[in-house]
Amino acid sequence: MAAPPLIRLEALRKSFATAAGPVSVLNGIDLDVDAGETLAVMGPSGSGKSTLMNILGCLDVPSSGRYLLDGRDVGGLDGDERARLRNAFIGFVFQGFHLLPRVNLLDNVALPLLYARVKARERYARAATALERVGLKGFEAYLPARVSGGQQQRVAIARALVNRPRLILADEPTGNLDSATSHEIMRLFGSLNASDGITLVLVTHEADIAAYARRLIQMVDGRITTMRTRPATQAAS
Amino acid sequence: MIGALLGEALHSMRANRLRTFLTMLGMVIGVAAVILMVAIGQGARLSVDQAIQSMGSNLFIVLSGSTTSGGIRMGMGAAPTLTLADAEAIAALPPVLRVAPVVPQTAQIVAGANNWSTMVTGSTPAYFDVREWPLASGRAFGAADVRAAARVAVLGRTVALNLFGGEDPVGKTIRIRQSPFTVVGVLAAKGQSLDGRDQDDGVVVPVTTAQRKLFGTQFPGSVRMLMVQATGAEAMDEAQREMARLLRQRHHLPERADNDFDIRNLTALANAAAQTTRVMSVMLGAIASVSLLVGGIGIMNIMLVSVTERTREIGIRVAIGARRRDILMQFLLEAVTLSVAGCLAGALVGVAAAVAINLMAGMTVVVSLAAVAAAFLIASMVGVFFGLYPAQRASGLEPIEALAYQ
Repeated sequence: MAAPPLIRLEALRKSFATAAGPVSVLNGIDLDVDAGETLAVMGPSGSGKSTLMNILGCLDVPSSGRYLLDGRDVGGLDGDERARLRNAFIGFVFQGFHLLPRVNLLDNVALPLLYARVKARERYARAATALERVGLKGFEAYLPARVSGGQQQRVAIARALVNRPRLILADEPTGNLDSATSHEIMRLFGSLNASDGITLVLVTHEADIAAYARRLIQMVDGRITTMRTRPATQAAS
Repeated sequence: MIGALLGEALHSMRANRLRTFLTMLGMVIGVAAVILMVAIGQGARLSVDQAIQSMGSNLFIVLSGSTTSGGIRMGMGAAPTLTLADAEAIAALPPVLRVAPVVPQTAQIVAGANNWSTMVTGSTPAYFDVREWPLASGRAFGAADVRAAARVAVLGRTVALNLFGGEDPVGKTIRIRQSPFTVVGVLAAKGQSLDGRDQDDGVVVPVTTAQRKLFGTQFPGSVRMLMVQATGAEAMDEAQREMARLLRQRHHLPERADNDFDIRNLTALANAAAQTTRVMSVMLGAIASVSLLVGGIGIMNIMLVSVTERTREIGIRVAIGARRRDILMQFLLEAVTLSVAGCLAGALVGVAAAVAINLMAGMTVVVSLAAVAAAFLIASMVGVFFGLYPAQRASGLEPIEALAYQ
């Protein structure tokens, strides 16, 4: 029997209470993502992409339905347990980079390890390795504001992978970057996926960015409308 | 973990130096005020306590009564109603420990080329016990000296210094109103009395010598006053009643006549003075504590602003795995670090100010380690107390909302 999928969503729904009554954002999502896969989520604004990402990232909980992460039901976990899961299992890359502005690049990258209770010496060694991995060796002592947007996003990626996650969630990771830099960042994701087998789920507006993923889903009004998988040979390009 | 969080706290304090300084200033002033005020209060208490101590404990002074002569009423002690016999009778009362008769008079004293005007007190050996006054050198005169009306004298420190300089006066001869006296001892220094007199400026001679050979009086055997020491604080009331009864009886006063003597309880006066300084000391401390509270509120204010400002940072930290407790600890540590650092600076300022006041104004100040420690403890508690609410606000933020905060 095959290994269980890394992510399994069953009839996932999410609605928010507003002044005008409950607004339904996700209307029954069923989705499996296998370990080592790359998945791009596309769709117009308001289609529920971000809400889906928040739930996948254990930042939010579904209103109904089930979310199994590596076979484990996330729905019953409390805030601290979800925090531990995010820390050990998931790396986040955001559109706005979300680095701590007053902290140097090395400390930014080392931050997840602080919350993983890793000792200082090992923390900085691993953070330095991660920075080197994204091509920023020598930039350790810089503050985020002193490097370019593309470099900041590389730092964010280093931070996402420093605690050796199984899953990286990237919410419009190239949304603030020019086209050349965007492709650099996507190639970096591709190499992480290829060499470490890290599963990648990314949200994007741009078709050429989505093309880096092997599988693509389109969302409209909180539903998955189309799903395409390309042959394995093309995905690695 | 704590170490790393402390590092973050210091880092964020350094990142905003001016704000950190202004926030701490509240604590600095508060702690400095508490330490300084307590030091001043305790200094005042110490001065009063020392003055009381130097007077002797559980003391009464019995003054002889006033006299009227040709319509002119003289003050207390003018009438020669008290005698050495009264003193002996009072000494025999059970609640009375000892009695020292006092015959005082100002006189010029000569020793070699030096002379000095001072108070000469005629008394008995009990005087040194009642006043709890040890000797610095030599000996006190004894009962035999009193019986023989010997020409011996015990000098106060100020007198010894003025007449003999650095030399030891024991065994030397002085002249009091032309009569030669042998110095047998020098009293230990006692310092100022409650009313500021120099208690060391005086000479003590046997009471009989003073009566018969120094200050001639038309009422032989009379004394100006008696210093009476009760057996203990609880015997004071009884001693006072018994003395009054005994003296009225001995002086054959009729039922309706006024006392021809006056009994004054010195301990009660001293205790009132001590009580006053105690109240003052507590009040100073309480007023200063208010500034600590204000400093604490300042910290809470800044921490609340800081939490709002750093909402996104908190969101990022939570997203990458910070638990509620981690965020709580981070902000709490920041508040405590602020208040403890402020407290350290405040302690330095407070102690420095106390020393400066001592040096410049000559005021007695007592910087007690306990006050510094208490200020420290209170400052830390203020930090925790006023840091807790902002820290809880920070740790209660929802990660999605916090991340989206602009």
